[in-house]
Amino acid sequence: MKKGVFRRKKHEMPGLNTAALPDLIFTVLFFFMIVTHMREVDLQVRYDVPKGTEVQKLAHKSSVSTIYVGRVPGQPADSFYIQLNNKLATMADIKAFVESERAQMNSDDQPRMTVSIKADRDVPFGMIAEIKQALQQSFALKVNYSAVEKKIKIKH
Amino acid sequence: MFKRRKKETPGLDTTSTADISFMLLIFFLVTSSMDTDWGLPRQLPPPDDQTKEEELVVKQRNALCLKLDAENQLTCNDEPMTIDNLSKRVEEFVANADDDPMMPEKSEREVHLIGRCKVSDRHVIIVEVSPKATYDAYFQMQNAVVAGYNHLRDELALRQFHRPYAKCNAEQRDAIALVYPQRISEQTVNGKQ
Repeated sequence: MKKGVFRRKKHEMPGLNTAALPDLIFTVLFFFMIVTHMREVDLQVRYDVPKGTEVQKLAHKSSVSTIYVGRVPGQPADSFYIQLNNKLATMADIKAFVESERAQMNSDDQPRMTVSIKADRDVPFGMIAEIKQALQQSFALKVNYSAVEKKIKIKH
Repeated sequence: MFKRRKKETPGLDTTSTADISFMLLIFFLVTSSMDTDWGLPRQLPPPDDQTKEEELVVKQRNALCLKLDAENQLTCNDEPMTIDNLSKRVEEFVANADDDPMMPEKSEREVHLIGRCKVSDRHVIIVEVSPKATYDAYFQMQNAVVAGYNHLRDELALRQFHRPYAKCNAEQRDAIALVYPQRISEQTVNGKQ
């Protein structure tokens, strides 16, 4: 080949600079760390919450404590158990649970402390009433009956 | 001859930082939960027994008595009723639009932002639930009652402030809640509570 003046200079493709990739991923990581919260409990009861049309989103996660009521696998289907934190509990433990939850909250959250009752739809109301009474006596007056949203609105 | 060869420090290889942070990211994705809690918020009365005295003086016309028996049958002032009709019934009861003498009394009051209007502050919805009824039945009843109230409040909010209740600001919501306060009294039959 003849050497010419117009010989093409060979272009070298530069490698893709990945130096900023870790930063990018860290940003995503921090985003997730902020918007999500850790799963705190291992569920030992199984429950199926009722469906409602008027449900609202629960704000201020840090001021919410949860009481689970449901069936325990392997136990008869008509016996229901209460779970507080990670273990099964009885009615008598609710008061102590509310106290300890309240003590853990900071002073901003204490007045708006909400107890979310996640109960199976087949739980007899007597049990719920007892829980409510226990909450009432420990001055946890804001309750939230956990439910999923039903799309069809009640007709007016 | 003995001139030191200049050592070049190699740049730190940071290619794997991305992998490490990916692993962290995946760890957080797995251990955290994003599900938001939904539910029906309610306020319990304080534990003293003042409510009982109050109930004694409730007039017949001001009370709507909802009963849920052990078979999850709903009765409203001793008439059988279905869940679907309940919210409508609650709505009519609370609003008493025609000033029916059989329906709850209303009092005229000056309400901030709305002005002078009739306020339904005498009515009481008395809820009696058998301990054997299921939680689902109880929840549906609560849901229907709240739906009735919400519909009334929405209507008033649209009329007064041209937007639904949920979109109003706190001041407007307080004003509406004053016109249609939620007055629900719960009792559990058969002793306990």
